[in-house]
Amino acid sequence: MIIVTDLSKRYRTVHALKDVNLHVKPGELFAYLGPNGAGKSTTIRILTGLTQPTAGTVTLNGFDLKNSSIKSRQQCGLVPQSINLDQELSVYENLTIHGLLFRMTREERDHKIDELLDYVDLSAREQSLVKELSGGMKRRLMIARALMHSPSVLFLDEPTVGLDAGMRRKIWALIKKIQQKGTTIFLTTHYIEEAEFLADRVAFLDKGAIVVVDTPANLMATLGTWALDRLIEDKMEPLYFNEREDANQYIATHKESFTLRRVNLEDAFLSMTGKKVK
Amino acid sequence: MIHSLLAVYYREMLIMRRRLTRLIPSWSVSPLLYLIAFGYAMGKNVAIDGHSYMEFLIPGLIAMNSMTQSFAIASEINIARFYWHIFEEIQAAPVSDFSYVAGEVLAGMTRALLSTCVILILGLLFGVVLSCNLMFWLGVLLNSFVFASLAVGLAMLVKSHGDQVLLTSFVITPMAFLGGTFFPLENFPSWGQTLIHLLPLTHAAKAIRAASLGSTPPLFSYTVLAVTGSIFFAISVLCVKRAKD
Repeated sequence: MIIVTDLSKRYRTVHALKDVNLHVKPGELFAYLGPNGAGKSTTIRILTGLTQPTAGTVTLNGFDLKNSSIKSRQQCGLVPQSINLDQELSVYENLTIHGLLFRMTREERDHKIDELLDYVDLSAREQSLVKELSGGMKRRLMIARALMHSPSVLFLDEPTVGLDAGMRRKIWALIKKIQQKGTTIFLTTHYIEEAEFLADRVAFLDKGAIVVVDTPANLMATLGTWALDRLIEDKMEPLYFNEREDANQYIATHKESFTLRRVNLEDAFLSMTGKKVK
Repeated sequence: MIHSLLAVYYREMLIMRRRLTRLIPSWSVSPLLYLIAFGYAMGKNVAIDGHSYMEFLIPGLIAMNSMTQSFAIASEINIARFYWHIFEEIQAAPVSDFSYVAGEVLAGMTRALLSTCVILILGLLFGVVLSCNLMFWLGVLLNSFVFASLAVGLAMLVKSHGDQVLLTSFVITPMAFLGGTFFPLENFPSWGQTLIHLLPLTHAAKAIRAASLGSTPPLFSYTVLAVTGSIFFAISVLCVKRAKD
């Protein structure tokens, strides 16, 4: 469980986070959605103890991040946005170092390494050097590494950035599998479909402040079910309809060119912030 | 605490083991050139305090090399921090700042000890056999403790790898040439000697040279190194805290 109260972060002239309040339930997959520079990574860095907040408190499974930083860090696993593996070391060595950092015994480490490499489909690459792995393999290894010490909360910062569609789907399935085992997941992404597919609840973040927190279904339902995109002066302007028939009727009575599609989270974000997520 | 210290140390040792075939030649090149140029060519007919120049030079080179090699841990930290972002992985783990600094300092000291062995072997090739007694190794250890501790602190303060190169140019290089490596300090005027005695390397060179040439070990120099190293170590722990923006 993650409880964030009045969290703020200021970097000289930039107010990166403004009074953020969150309550992530145990076992929930919570997505944090916003455009680049909205404050997503700053939030994750604070929640994992990498950055000190300017104000506010964070509690991870009952441990205050400020007063019990070592205990709260033991609760969480982190998959950062950039690949931070030891490239010159092998898959096994990277996982071993993580296990040592989290005070695991040799037996615990070896057992967990076997289990996790099987889980992320990298058993055959155990002795490979990290620099020999593909981008997707490195991402999966980072997820395995974050799970080594069986954290109750897993932070995923843009876990599929830079991956092709096939590999992205593979990682999504892995994330779902991890959640099904009872791990609370805090995910930042700017891929709308990722949040839509994975999240139980979504927070929209814009300019360091939370705009809304709700389920993807509720957020999309505020607009309707169908969206009709039309081109007006080089800009796509969507119209929303509850029924498909109403949308078709609109198309029939207008001469412009339209694209009919289902409403997505991007529409909800756009209507609430006036900007696109990407 | 010991677990996380060992984890940090183990990581550095794994990386060093992978690079050992490249590191050993790199540890040998500079000392070998100094030995050929200054020891063999220039100092052939020079004697200092009853010892050949080569015997005078090698302990100085050991002091200098243990300084540069232990200080080189700063580059490893910066590469891990700025290029590979591995520092984040350690920061996100339940590792205290003290354990992190201790692990890195220990890794720096190990590098220094190994490179010292390389110079001792090179010395043997030039026919110089030094007395590698307890006080000799204590001098090497304290010297590397000072500079590895300094390196960790500075690595936390710099904002890019380029800044690190500048620090090496302004801190380490002048010390290498002025800290009693190549010539006796008595050749300097008294004010110069006073200034040079403020450098930790001067005390390291004195301690290592005295121990390896069978003279009475200068206990004051050992104390200076131990105190300076402890101060640098404590500052480094504070610098790790500061590195969290």
